[in-house]
Amino acid sequence: MLDDFFFRALLAGIAVALVSGPLGCFVVWRRMAYFGATMSHGALLGVALAFLLNIDPMLGVLIQGAIVVPAFLLLERYQTLSADTLLGILAHGTLALGLVIFGFMSWVRIDLMAFLFGDILAVSKQELAWVWVGGAAVLAILAYIWRPLLAGTEEEIAAAEGQHPEKTKLVFMLLIAAIIAVSMKIVGILLILSMLIIPPATARVFARAPEQMALIASGVGVIAAVGGLFASLLWNTASGPSIVVTALIMFLGSLPFGRAR
Amino acid sequence: MSHATINTRVAAECLAAGRKIGVFRGGRWLIHNVDISIHRGEIVTLIGPNGGGKSTTAKALLGLLRIDEGAVERAAGLRTGYVPQRMLVDRTLPLNVSRMMTLTGHHSAAEVASALGLVGIEHLADAPVQTLSGGEFQRALLARAIVRKPDLLVLDEPVQGVDFSGEIKLYRLISEIRRSLGCGVLLISHDLHIVMAETDTVVCLNRHVCCAGAPESVADSSEYQQLFGPQAADALAVYRHMHDHEHGPDGQIVAHDCDGHAHDHNHDNGHSHPDHGAGERTDAKR
Ligand SMILES: [Zn+2]
Ligand SMILES: [Zn+2]
Repeated sequence: MLDDFFFRALLAGIAVALVSGPLGCFVVWRRMAYFGATMSHGALLGVALAFLLNIDPMLGVLIQGAIVVPAFLLLERYQTLSADTLLGILAHGTLALGLVIFGFMSWVRIDLMAFLFGDILAVSKQELAWVWVGGAAVLAILAYIWRPLLAGTEEEIAAAEGQHPEKTKLVFMLLIAAIIAVSMKIVGILLILSMLIIPPATARVFARAPEQMALIASGVGVIAAVGGLFASLLWNTASGPSIVVTALIMFLGSLPFGRAR
Repeated sequence: MSHATINTRVAAECLAAGRKIGVFRGGRWLIHNVDISIHRGEIVTLIGPNGGGKSTTAKALLGLLRIDEGAVERAAGLRTGYVPQRMLVDRTLPLNVSRMMTLTGHHSAAEVASALGLVGIEHLADAPVQTLSGGEFQRALLARAIVRKPDLLVLDEPVQGVDFSGEIKLYRLISEIRRSLGCGVLLISHDLHIVMAETDTVVCLNRHVCCAGAPESVADSSEYQQLFGPQAADALAVYRHMHDHEHGPDGQIVAHDCDGHAHDHNHDNGHSHPDHGAGERTDAKR
């Protein structure tokens, strides 16, 4: 069955959805959508570094995250600029730097469309293994830091009451970098960003507890991935964007349930 | 009242203390040379003008802010309950009251219920926090802090936005909490003259400690009884400032020409007391 490209695509989409649901809940709760966007812009710099150092692009993106995340946290602490502004600088700075580095490597041609949307129908067995193993690792770490991370959404209270919210936040941000690294090549940065935000936003109106919201978000993501892939098969549309559109339709469908009480 | 017994408590365990602490940010001292300590069973009320560094001092004591001079000491294994000035639970976070109360620690359902009962909102245990009114949310925050059975309870302007009778109720609640938990309380108040009656020590802060001392009971004064009404009179006390200096418009200290006699003062950006007008009237009375 794994020899069937469509089946592999389904498995890859499901893996990304399962991980991005719970992870994305924290992105939404902590209003970190812009951070997610910054990380994915920076991924281009990671890919450029990987070409330069002749290493795997996934590793390049991870290294980039391991540099940019602590840099952002340090700047946030010691600079007067707001997190918003700093993220804007980092997002566009890393993206531009990545493009400039690619410019120097005239022998490399980058496919921006693949960077943005990936190519889920071309996922290899090895890439599939990576996204499942990497995704499982990310989920395991997230489960481990779940309680302190949730308490840390109220950073001052958590710190006053003897926790270390800045540490769990750092780990969480690195997890975002990690999920972007393992899934970028398959689904592209636009899809991974959408999967981090749209399913949790859809799950909100149906959830009465944080964990419930995480599970529902994963479910919504899985339905979007499977539904989107079948739709793309049926109507011969681009697979990545079809998944996003399916998630978007579900989000729009959830809106009537969420009228402010 | 309890403030009369302040001397018997001198030997109580020191929970948290700042020794000559200073916080320097953006090219100026937010607070400078501040000495403050809270002992077990003691209620310390921090008053002063807005921007005078009350929250900064509390946060420095809690270790939320890096201090640039002096030292902060906290008792080993100190359990803190913190009620911040405001807390915005993101609307997207599905959280009910009992879950919010157990974010930073595990507490049994019975403990949660008893803390909610103490603040009088046991019926709201399962209510989503986003549906609470301002007063209910504040009580929930207080319940969240006390379910931890803290050694030290820190309340940052808990009576902010609460009406006069709400203020009296809250003060009674705090004294009940102090009695049942035996904790120390650091209370930040926006009122420059009227403090919680059971306050043991008032610290008046305007970037430095301007003056400190015990408040005067108003329970025996018939004039105050009239002013506040008999209900409020035993919940409130008046604090008389003793300043040997004044503050210039930019907050710098101007030494007094006379030698430190007791006087009532106007903090530069001190405010009137729209709630009950007691601040102005204490001046007139003297
Ligand atoms: Zn002064
Ligand atoms: Zn004073």
